[in-house]
Amino acid sequence: MPIELPVHERMYSGHLACPGCGAAIAMRFLLKGLGEKAVLSIPACCWSIIGGPFPYTALQVPVLHTAFETGGAVASGIRAALDARGDTETQVVTWAGDGGTFDIGLQSLSGAAERNENILYVCYDNEAYMNTGVQSSGATPTGAWTTTTPTGSPKPTRKKDIMQIMAAHRIPYAATASIAYPEDMVRKVQKAVSLKGTKFLHVYAPCPTGWKVPSEISVKLARLAVQTRIFPLYEVEEGVRYTINLEPVGYLVDEYYRTQGRFKHLTREDLDRIQAQVDESWDRLKALARIG
Amino acid sequence: MRRVLEGSHAVSHAVELARVKVISAYPITPQTHIVERLAELVADGVLDARFIRVESEHSAMAAVIGAASAGARSFTASSSHGLALMHEMLHWAAGARLPVVMAEVNRAMGPGWNIWADQTDSLSQRDTGWIQLYCEDVQEVLDTILIAYKLAERVSLPAMVVLDAFFLSHTYEPVEVPEQDEVDAFLPAWEPTEILDPADPHAFNQLASPEYYMEFRYKIQQAMEDALRAHDEIDAEFGRRFGRSYGAVHRIPCREGERAPLALVTTGSVTGTARVAQAALRQKGIGVDVVKLKLFRPFPHEEIRRVLGPYDRVIVLDRNISFGSGGIFASEIRAALALRGEQPAVYPFVAGLGGRDITPQTIESVVARALGDEPPSDILWEGLKL
Repeated sequence: MPIELPVHERMYSGHLACPGCGAAIAMRFLLKGLGEKAVLSIPACCWSIIGGPFPYTALQVPVLHTAFETGGAVASGIRAALDARGDTETQVVTWAGDGGTFDIGLQSLSGAAERNENILYVCYDNEAYMNTGVQSSGATPTGAWTTTTPTGSPKPTRKKDIMQIMAAHRIPYAATASIAYPEDMVRKVQKAVSLKGTKFLHVYAPCPTGWKVPSEISVKLARLAVQTRIFPLYEVEEGVRYTINLEPVGYLVDEYYRTQGRFKHLTREDLDRIQAQVDESWDRLKALARIG
Repeated sequence: MRRVLEGSHAVSHAVELARVKVISAYPITPQTHIVERLAELVADGVLDARFIRVESEHSAMAAVIGAASAGARSFTASSSHGLALMHEMLHWAAGARLPVVMAEVNRAMGPGWNIWADQTDSLSQRDTGWIQLYCEDVQEVLDTILIAYKLAERVSLPAMVVLDAFFLSHTYEPVEVPEQDEVDAFLPAWEPTEILDPADPHAFNQLASPEYYMEFRYKIQQAMEDALRAHDEIDAEFGRRFGRSYGAVHRIPCREGERAPLALVTTGSVTGTARVAQAALRQKGIGVDVVKLKLFRPFPHEEIRRVLGPYDRVIVLDRNISFGSGGIFASEIRAALALRGEQPAVYPFVAGLGGRDITPQTIESVVARALGDEPPSDILWEGLKL
């Protein structure tokens, strides 16, 4: 089936992403969904570099680069100023990494969500602090190697459930998206733009460099994350109405884990434990979708 | 119109008169009255602005940075620990060349918890690239907010209007409140040319390599130097329009047309106390000229040399301390005087930390010490109870 996406491109070639960078692909799809009237704020993350150094920019929309923990607050200020000059149409978007969202920026994001600021907050999740050289974040999954969770002591705890955290704020719209499903992602961006209030997108964006995989398999990995139910595609409206957008095949997590250098130290027992976690999370999500 | 206003509310009404569009703040004693009144003015529709009640001071500064980047005249207020939490974003506002104005209520840093007057909070932000203006009384607080916006927007740098905890923030004084049309004429709408605009997209605050970074910093320093001249021009214009002006450095002679052998440098509300002490000392036959320092950043080096250079002795009264060095105003003043061949002996007194009263007797005591046999030292303490 041919993929149908808006044809316009608002990202120039010549950006500074690594080959196979999921965050670069995700930005391209975001911009396809946003339309012309958008302003981006980018807290410290890989995109602080990817977008290009002064005096260049890889984006055809205005960008305000800002400090690590300010994604929610800076966007709130931009929104207020645009409203003050009568521009209620332009969509204010924060584009942040997982560290800037799950960890250091969680407070300002929560503040913005609690105020139900009319902004779109997009977290592109590559599951560690990649720009600084692969340090563990709150988004790093169980068992992963990073430079601060070396193989002798890989990450012992689970990935923070950012979607549940955002849903608990009862914001109008929260959704997961993946670079392997561009139509789904663009539709979700468009839906988010059509709604007033705080919208949150959690976008799965593999990092070949940090995950120790060949650059050509990042889209395939993103697809596997969905099909193994590790990263299901779903939406939450008003914090309570859950909709699962794609029924995964339900491959075993091995299919996903065994392809990645960051997990190569894991034992059979580790993978069984991870499979049990994924099954349990999936059952809970299905139960929430039934209630919704 | 003459009104009796609390210092905090003088700030609020100045912000109203400045037609600020975006306010963002987080509560901290003794700043709260400023933002409470602003929240009311916005809620009642008196002030056509958006009030963003954020979850921290860091976010308050981030929000006004976002707002100013999109072209809105913006305001916040903080104090002490709140200001310290903003520190990172203070650098960001200045580096991004945004003319945000903040009211900063001078309060001590903990521990121990102390909500009273002390200047170490604002002076710790000395190197962030913010203009800093210290106020003596409630009228000056109101006027300085208006001056600060004009100055900040002229040179594209943020400005901090500093007032003492309680001595100014919670004190009611009669204040001349300018009419709106007079303020509009003095401070027209801010019309920046480079803002976040989908019709004219640019990237702001992006990666600046060693190839570019240093020139950006040089331009900030140039803007600060411009701000010295601009402050005097704007202060003079304010004087022509409203009948009040303050000066970056203001000398209050003991006897008009004469120079006393001793100068006493003060900042903030202590200047008011010094005026009283000056009169009492004059009655006792002791001549002291008071020199009020209002502008701390940019630092008026030349003006300091011109005004203080001719004195035999200079007392600097610091309600602040840089541990391991001493009073911060004294340190800067001595550094400025070092460019002169002949220098006065400087007596750097630290007094009144954490809201301990600086009374006319305190001032008489430091004057007696400076005129006595006590040698000038790197640091002198007044009023210690050991």
